[in-house]
Amino acid sequence: MRRNHDGLIDGVAIIAILLAAWQALFAYAGDVAITPPLATMRYLVTLLGSASFWPNVEATMLAFVEALVISTLLGVGLGLWLGLQRFAGDVAEPILAGLYTVPKVTLYPVILLLFGLNLSAKVAFGVIHGVIPIVLFTLIAVRNLPPVYRRAARTLRLTPWQTITTVLAPAVMPEIVSGLRIGFAVTFLGVLIGEMFASQRGLGFLVINGISSHNVRLTTAVTLLIVLFAVSANWLLLAFARHWSSQGRDRHELA
Amino acid sequence: MSRAAAVVWTRVAVIAGCVLALEIACRAGLINPLTLIPPSAMAAAMVELLLSGEINGDVAHTFLTVAIAFVAAVLVGFTLGAVLHGLRRVRRAIDPLLASYYAIPIFVFYPLLVAIFGLNNLPLIAIGFLAAVPAMVIATLLGLDRVPRVLRKTARMYRLGHVTTVLRIVLPAALPNLFGGIKLALAYSFIGVIAGEFILSSGGLGYGIAYAYDSFENRAMYGRMLFVLLVAIITNGILYTWEMRLNRRRGRM
Amino acid sequence: MPHASLRGVTRVYPGARPVHALGPIDLDIARGEFFSVVGPSGCGKSTLLDVLAGLTAPTGGNITFEDKPVAGQVPDGIGVVFQEDASFPWLTVRDNVAFGLRRSGVAAAEIARRVDYAVGFMGLRDFAQSYPAQLSGGMRQRVCIARTLVLQPRLILLDEPFGALDQQTRLLMGDEVLRLWRETGATVLLITHALDEAAMLSDRVGVMSARPGRFIDLVETTWPRERDSRIVAEAAFGVVTARLWSSLRNESLKAIGREPAPA
Repeated sequence: MRRNHDGLIDGVAIIAILLAAWQALFAYAGDVAITPPLATMRYLVTLLGSASFWPNVEATMLAFVEALVISTLLGVGLGLWLGLQRFAGDVAEPILAGLYTVPKVTLYPVILLLFGLNLSAKVAFGVIHGVIPIVLFTLIAVRNLPPVYRRAARTLRLTPWQTITTVLAPAVMPEIVSGLRIGFAVTFLGVLIGEMFASQRGLGFLVINGISSHNVRLTTAVTLLIVLFAVSANWLLLAFARHWSSQGRDRHELA
Repeated sequence: MSRAAAVVWTRVAVIAGCVLALEIACRAGLINPLTLIPPSAMAAAMVELLLSGEINGDVAHTFLTVAIAFVAAVLVGFTLGAVLHGLRRVRRAIDPLLASYYAIPIFVFYPLLVAIFGLNNLPLIAIGFLAAVPAMVIATLLGLDRVPRVLRKTARMYRLGHVTTVLRIVLPAALPNLFGGIKLALAYSFIGVIAGEFILSSGGLGYGIAYAYDSFENRAMYGRMLFVLLVAIITNGILYTWEMRLNRRRGRM
Repeated sequence: MPHASLRGVTRVYPGARPVHALGPIDLDIARGEFFSVVGPSGCGKSTLLDVLAGLTAPTGGNITFEDKPVAGQVPDGIGVVFQEDASFPWLTVRDNVAFGLRRSGVAAAEIARRVDYAVGFMGLRDFAQSYPAQLSGGMRQRVCIARTLVLQPRLILLDEPFGALDQQTRLLMGDEVLRLWRETGATVLLITHALDEAAMLSDRVGVMSARPGRFIDLVETTWPRERDSRIVAEAAFGVVTARLWSSLRNESLKAIGREPAPA
């Protein structure tokens, strides 16, 4: 019980420190750089109430959800196959790891040329960011499945379908969810970057527009919204993943 | 042929096959030459740029920025990680922040960084630094966590002082994780700097690609793009191979 | 005068619910004897070793080694071989064995001499330049023993050093430890969960109760100093093992949460 309270106190303390640092940054750099916490939040509320703001949110979310769905299906599917086919997985892994470390922003012009200046370019850009960690995590999770699980399933005379749904899937879930968590974040990043470069709508567009027109209020408010969304979504997925993998952790230690 | 060799050769074949398919598709006119030029043309453009020295200024700019950001991230990240490792409650409080760090788009803070550091190269270095430092902190924490308790007990059996224990036992034991962190720090600082140059139009290789795109200079754009991709792949590949060798000697596959 | 002794030693792990892990323990270990400790899982055997070595401070009582109190740090003259593999994966076998000596300022020639001896004694000469990752579990434990051997300890503490090995290798490693004991003339304390191992190797065996561990029996074997694993052929071996088990069986049942059968 005491530990739960500690966690809450620490969490509140961290948020307070961050807000204080934000205020201090404002005091140091002035309103040509940033608007202070309270003013930003008030402006954000105004934005959320204004009709012209929401089309931007929609544009970003539409591209993001589409990119995420494609990344997940493609990523998990490819990862499963590569994890089960040992040889293919061994061949592919360094290639994927290498692609992960490449600055994908340099590929953006290619995507723009291929897809044109519209939604599908943003989606494609999100996908090339998100699909790689999802494939990698899924591949590693499936490959690292202890062979004894499959043997145990056979001694229990489970059908292949039962084996997959009741033994293998739960076993790889935690790792796959970790991959999805990272995929979620980088897909979002990809879509934002896409919007920053060649777009007329979206949250990323608002930020870059705000930068070039020196609309500090707008940039700070939209940045806050982006950060809040990214962090809370990640935190939710983390809690979800932890719940999944903590099942069975409360064992009674004997002796 | 051993399996390991078969894997490597298959990999080479897959990559070569993809490049070849792209080359054929472009040359056969399946892909619009205004959209994508054949890989051989990209390579030729890249060599031209390198030989003419046209790209030298950008290369120096980017490499210097990345180098500073990378070294700073490794040093600061390691120190932060080491300190945090000893402050258990602070670490527990910051953990969720660290776990979500990569989800935050750092370049949105660019205007703030410009206002603080001025319109020079520092904001870009800061972006590269901010992109890389969490990876180093996390890797340091993980590495220190994973030093087996029995090794610390062994240090006490030898009656080693605190400093000797850290230098001779803790750090060598944590080295694989630390090296992994260094590898990630380099990759992320490179990505951060290139992305920053690309979007925020300062100078350097990233900017060069964006400028070439805006000016419809496809050849120059693809030449530069190929160069950046090759630099990323080769440097990260070298570190990756080192890491494999290090892990193999220690029996961690 | 005993080589080491414990008086009223207890160890309680603090926390929201304190865990009384060990004690009270009263024990004298004679110089040059081979003493084993057996007991059910979790009874505090390893804690006993940690406390005796000075790796952990006792909550109560005191420990003396060669008439000097043990407190805070590991006294000079005590060597420990741990349960887990403690070899340094970044050093060769030779460098592993030499590690402690290099840190304690012994002359280079002397280091070379002692390392050569220990490496040869433990049968590692062909692997001196290998890394621990290239060796089997048993060989890695031999590296750890060699590493302790070069310090020329007068009291050697072994915490279930053969736990991870198969039975046949364990029996052979037992012979190695006996050889070590005879050649160095050191006092040996061995923690083990294997009754036959304790029975065949030791001069005396202490049987510990379930947690909190206390000694409930001290069995004397009367083996000659020159012995090895073939002592299992002796009738007395079966008697000793049977006695150990009869003391231990009820405690083990308690440890796994079952009620001991009425006598």
